[in-house]
Amino acid sequence: MSNTVLAEKDTKKIAKKTAPARQGRFSKGDEITGAQAVVEALVAEHVTDFFGYPGGAIMPIYDALYDYSGLLNHVLARHEQGSIHAAQGYARTSGKVGVVFSTSGPGATNLVTGLADAQIDSTPLVCITGQVFASLLGTDAFQETDVINITTPITKWNYQVTEASEIPGVLAKAFYIAGSGRPGPVLVDITKNAQTEKFVYPGYQPCNHIRSYRPKPIVRPEYVKEAADLINAAERPFVLFGQGVILGKAEKEFREFIEKGGLPAAWTVLGLSALPTNHELNVGMLGMHGNYGPNVLTNECDVLIAVGMRFDDRVTGRLDKYARQAKVIHLDIDPAEIDKNIKATVPVWGDCKETLPMLTKLIQKKQHPDWLKRFNDLRKQEEEIVINPELNPTGEVMTMGEVIRTLNEVAKGEPVIVTDVGQHQMVACRYATFNHSMSNVTSGGLGTMGFGLPAAVGAKFGAPDRQVVAIIGDGGFQMTMQELGTIMQSGIAVKIIILNNNFLGMVRQWQQLFNDRRYSFVNISSPNFVMLANAYGIESQNISKREQLKAAIETMMAHKGSYLLEVMVGKENNVFPMVPQGCGVAEIRLK
Amino acid sequence: MKQEYTITVYTENQIGLLNRIAMMFSRRKINIESLNTSPSEIEGIHRFTIVIHEAEEVVKKLVRQIEKQVEVLKAYYNTNDEIVWQELALYKVSTDKVIEDVKVERLLRKYGARAVVIRKDYTVFETSGHREEINNLIDALAPLGLIEFVRSARVAIINASKGFYEKLKEFEAEEPGEVLVENEFLDKQNEVFSL
Repeated sequence: MSNTVLAEKDTKKIAKKTAPARQGRFSKGDEITGAQAVVEALVAEHVTDFFGYPGGAIMPIYDALYDYSGLLNHVLARHEQGSIHAAQGYARTSGKVGVVFSTSGPGATNLVTGLADAQIDSTPLVCITGQVFASLLGTDAFQETDVINITTPITKWNYQVTEASEIPGVLAKAFYIAGSGRPGPVLVDITKNAQTEKFVYPGYQPCNHIRSYRPKPIVRPEYVKEAADLINAAERPFVLFGQGVILGKAEKEFREFIEKGGLPAAWTVLGLSALPTNHELNVGMLGMHGNYGPNVLTNECDVLIAVGMRFDDRVTGRLDKYARQAKVIHLDIDPAEIDKNIKATVPVWGDCKETLPMLTKLIQKKQHPDWLKRFNDLRKQEEEIVINPELNPTGEVMTMGEVIRTLNEVAKGEPVIVTDVGQHQMVACRYATFNHSMSNVTSGGLGTMGFGLPAAVGAKFGAPDRQVVAIIGDGGFQMTMQELGTIMQSGIAVKIIILNNNFLGMVRQWQQLFNDRRYSFVNISSPNFVMLANAYGIESQNISKREQLKAAIETMMAHKGSYLLEVMVGKENNVFPMVPQGCGVAEIRLK
Repeated sequence: MKQEYTITVYTENQIGLLNRIAMMFSRRKINIESLNTSPSEIEGIHRFTIVIHEAEEVVKKLVRQIEKQVEVLKAYYNTNDEIVWQELALYKVSTDKVIEDVKVERLLRKYGARAVVIRKDYTVFETSGHREEINNLIDALAPLGLIEFVRSARVAIINASKGFYEKLKEFEAEEPGEVLVENEFLDKQNEVFSL
């Protein structure tokens, strides 16, 4: 008897824990096409809204989709990059897997930026690309691209389907891989013959186990115990949290943990909104443009507790000057993150939804008033030098900060804030207030300019009952502004604020600080955004005076449909504080 | 300190996986000295043997990234003293030379080569062994007219391994038990392969 046979016999069969599949148009035993099986899979996986763009190689799937108008809402983007960023925005505000359809060749290559973005920011996506007939693979056929090899380093998993019968199983696997463990993008490339072929539908079986894949490492209680001992002995404990808290849906568990231990907590850009802004233990933002206290005190704490974050270089600055004095506890679901950048004294592998309550149970109820006061004292310094001048400027030109402050006053921390990439992103993350988790959508790891507008479209579909405010720079907006068409056609209400400084501001800031003001190709002119928005039937206004600001934001927020507000802000304003590249976090500059 | 490491990866047999694994090295600009894929002791499970010259810190992180790939079951890394390894080499020399030159025969005996093919015009010898042993024979044959030479990738057996079967059972179970809790890092063990 071979080993395989034995292994089969030993396999424990455990009842399926996934939600039952939603009923589509076909049942087990029906003869259907591969294309129909694709659409059936979406129905079964409880997909409601998804994004895409048709083309030759995916036409059979779009043909099948024609019959599902009551079950599935396909949103037509204006560019495949727009459709994948929209799916990312959708995934981030809904907590579900985002789905994208795209054709072969250029359709598929246009997904690349979004895939890379989703991969580095752990966003669950299932992308389905059409492909030429299997018989034409490798012949340089029309719109043929080797999409599997192009996307291998930027997907969690990818697979090429060449036979219809593979489709239900592969898509079940795709949804399972995308959404489980540390989420990520999955791409399934389906040749045209596999879409048109007929086969006997075996029904849809959701996947919940792949033998070579362990989404969640098993928690080791002894390490949780060790971590708790360290925390209990700590005098200056400091918590850093990232998107892991949101992805693990562990916001409540996280709050209980820091509240019991009296632990000051600072967030990464992707962890933002997991803890309400006004929580007394929320000490602010980490990293290059983060708050003064969290950066300086990283190098003074005695125990550093990292929860669901990956010590990105924008967070740590120079590694050899990062928290050398501290014992490090690292909670992460991905074993490959432990020790990747920062050596952990105690690694706690596992889903923080499980590990945080275990830890909370073992830690003592404590407060660290003196330590917390250090954060507040540094906050005061930062307020005086940076925050107050930014939020309540007295100069003639408007600052990005005061726009965000006014938005906070009007919206009171309720909306989803979507940002693009650059100065406005850092300002929005620093100053926007949040009451609810899953409310901040931004491109963190990849820093994708052009992410904001399409992501806001998806964010609105993911959270239709919430206000979605996109804050975008004049540069990034022009990268994907054709998605105004998507907003127009789908009739959704997205509020867009363009912070226009007529510069590619962040690059300009660096050129000013580090390149001797040699402003090399950062001067950017813009079209008339108000007319542009109007051309798409979107209400719009441009303001350049402080007196107009509050009323303009109120008008925008009260408006029923989409609205574009262009605010002219200071051309050469800088984002501070700043940890210059190559410096340690404690060398953060306030000006 | 950089040294030679042999990485052993147990995987599912899937198209594209070789590429996915190779990319993990090229992305970090690490040169693969040798790469071999073969069946393993378990039907349907493939085994990659990859040799690189790197520092342990780098190798450790790399192995964890490899293991993270969906279709990878397990990846190990070992230093040369933790494994038994061989490479195979084929040498084509002129048959006339072999017959005429007594030295050749002596060399072949010395290096334990076997004749695979003997034809009128040429003879193909085969040796297996470590890299240096194979290289020594090339050096010796070169002046005598080595027509063609090829060497295989390294194949290696891990000394401490008790095979992959027990581990596979755990992988196949939907709720893995203690065996999978193992990890060399948490346990701070020197022995990397801990079954």
